[in-house]
Amino acid sequence: MELLLDSLFNGVAIGSVLLVAALGLAIVFGLMGVINLAHGELMMLGAYTTYVTQLIFKLPILKPFYNSYIIVSIFLAFIVSGVVGILLEKTIIRKLYGSPLETLLATWGVSLILQQFVRSVPLAYGTGLVISLLIGLFLPTSFPSKIKESINFKYFKFSSWLFAALTGVLTGSIISSSVSKLSRASARNVDVTAPSWMRGQVEIIGTAFPKTRLMIIVITLISVIAITLFLNQSAWGMRIRAVTQNRQMSDCLGISTEKVDIITFGIGSGLAGVAGVAVSLLGSVGPNVGGNYIVGCFMVVVLGGVGNLLGTVLASFGIGIMTDLIGAGRLLSIWPDMPLPLSNTINFFATTSMARVMIFALIVIFLQFKPTGLFPQKGRMVEN
Amino acid sequence: MYLSKIKFDKKIILSFWIILIALIIAAPTILPVFRLNLLGRYLSLSIVALGVDLIWGYTGLLSLGQGIFFALGGYCAAMYLQITSSSEFPNNIPEFFALYGVEKLPFFWEPFRSPVFTFFAIWIIPALVAGLIGFLVFRNRIKGVYFSILTQASLLVFFNFFNGQQKLINGTNGLKTDVTQLFGQMVGSESMQRIFFWITAILVIGAWFFAKWVVKGRFGNILIGIRDDEPRVRFTGYNPVIFKTIIFSIAGGLAGISGALYTVQSGIVSPQFMTVPFSIEMVIWVAVGGRGTLLGAILGAVFINYAKSLVSEALPASWMFIQGGLFILVVTALPEGVLGWIQGDGPRNLLQKFGLKRKIETYPSLEVNNNEGNNE
Repeated sequence: MELLLDSLFNGVAIGSVLLVAALGLAIVFGLMGVINLAHGELMMLGAYTTYVTQLIFKLPILKPFYNSYIIVSIFLAFIVSGVVGILLEKTIIRKLYGSPLETLLATWGVSLILQQFVRSVPLAYGTGLVISLLIGLFLPTSFPSKIKESINFKYFKFSSWLFAALTGVLTGSIISSSVSKLSRASARNVDVTAPSWMRGQVEIIGTAFPKTRLMIIVITLISVIAITLFLNQSAWGMRIRAVTQNRQMSDCLGISTEKVDIITFGIGSGLAGVAGVAVSLLGSVGPNVGGNYIVGCFMVVVLGGVGNLLGTVLASFGIGIMTDLIGAGRLLSIWPDMPLPLSNTINFFATTSMARVMIFALIVIFLQFKPTGLFPQKGRMVEN
Repeated sequence: MYLSKIKFDKKIILSFWIILIALIIAAPTILPVFRLNLLGRYLSLSIVALGVDLIWGYTGLLSLGQGIFFALGGYCAAMYLQITSSSEFPNNIPEFFALYGVEKLPFFWEPFRSPVFTFFAIWIIPALVAGLIGFLVFRNRIKGVYFSILTQASLLVFFNFFNGQQKLINGTNGLKTDVTQLFGQMVGSESMQRIFFWITAILVIGAWFFAKWVVKGRFGNILIGIRDDEPRVRFTGYNPVIFKTIIFSIAGGLAGISGALYTVQSGIVSPQFMTVPFSIEMVIWVAVGGRGTLLGAILGAVFINYAKSLVSEALPASWMFIQGGLFILVVTALPEGVLGWIQGDGPRNLLQKFGLKRKIETYPSLEVNNNEGNNE
């Protein structure tokens, strides 16, 4: 019983990382049919945001609040990745709607650039750049409508970008002069240390659970609930669902699909950032950290089917629990006296990398019976 | 899109071939061995690019897992070389086995003692694996990005498998070939490398003709039909699954040959051949060269790799930026690739912009091809 509980907890922990990472991907893929290969790199940006926030909270002014930096960094990571995602949508992905394979290649290019960017640009100036992007993209939209509709709006836009650039440079240089670790570019991995209240373990029914894992489960839970509420209760959520179901019809009925695309992509990317915070708690953060999760996320999306969050949830917990059962060889300890050939096979697959092999085989077998995933979108078109 | 090709004079084509063959014969004496070796490697990569062009450019299947078949071919060749030159080692098996306490050659390596078997295995095994993966995926009408994701996942699976199995295939370290012997000569030696270069050059030309033959005629037309409108092909009475499986396993076989040639020239095969970035790079060679133009795939593979080695020598950090930019640029601005752009309306449009050529007012096919003489 205890073994089973342990295994279940581990599986849920693995699955919740997958879930929070795949959530954004599933929403974006479900709505726009866009495969975002840069999703892993958006996660990486979230992880680096956690690192930068941690270092900034070590400054004397913010020192008293140090313990709460992880909560702040969740919001910051959402904003940072979201802004980068919106920029991506506005510049590249918008041009490629309707050609998913091309989008896939272009986003791969973006992911290469982001990886190298983190390696060769000091993080302080990277932060400055993100801040100027944030101001440049959102300041013009916050003007009163009288200005927005005037002919001279382009000058306002231009001056707000100028202001954004100045602020970015200023913040970048302030950060780089006050935090020496952020002033130089480095390709080395960095470590995020959890605040003291998150270290150690919690005992539930006689079993010890690490607190960071519990924290990740909590983050995932909150993200899933928040995104479900957003999609089902808010006006924009309704518009997003409408566009997912029928883009042309929604467009005809007056929904701005352009805005819906931006919001969806922004939220999907922001969720990648939140996943990055979770990932940064698990191990060291490097330019390649996203690549380790991306294929798992895609498997979740393929297995879960498009357009239903429940599928994503079930698929990621399924994959998580199976990974733990196979990878740690737990089947053997649950059922010790199984026949020899079976136990040999299980031992052969009882490593993390071999467990991936096995799970992929299982997914392919599953897809033979249900090619469109657990909860496919219903329709009568030839395509889809 | 690819129909309006420039018609070359026969003399030009003949002189092109003469120059090409002369260059291939002369290259080993002109170039230093290091550069020759690099050129040979890039040429062997152009064979896998041809395969990518067949499945992506002609059939519309974007595979991100060609590295699997590339590495399988490489492993077949490398294991044969290791086994034939292991007579001095204990138990007459390759040296690395002793490190992991393996005393007997694993049974599936047994046939690789024979050169004839290896010769066929290099392209048949990857083709069979590709056919199997392809059939399982295509059978369920999984296509588009789902296919791309599944090929990428299977690439990762193969990578994990090969990386973890020390006892069977030397795991992460891979198999070295440059100190092995073939026909009494060191594979890594200069004279052998020259021969490999010639073999590669001949095989590239052979693969090109083969690919041209494949896409010619009805088979090629069905492939293009699948790319442009698969349901329509199905409703016309063809079964796309068979055609897709065949072309995918042809591409797999080409990748296997390419991998074997690359392995003997680079001196090692390792699971690094199955990393995700390498397989996506293969797609970008084709995309830049021009998909749907077989020559474009070859040129793209050679030139981009050459550029990569030049840039990496000069500014190591900037290659990632350039490559990333190339991905975005070729997709957004130059979707037909360089050769497709030249063969299509690209140059004409460019000249029009500067006012050097008359604007086309109706359909290009009417004005450019038929009425050319009347208008100008």
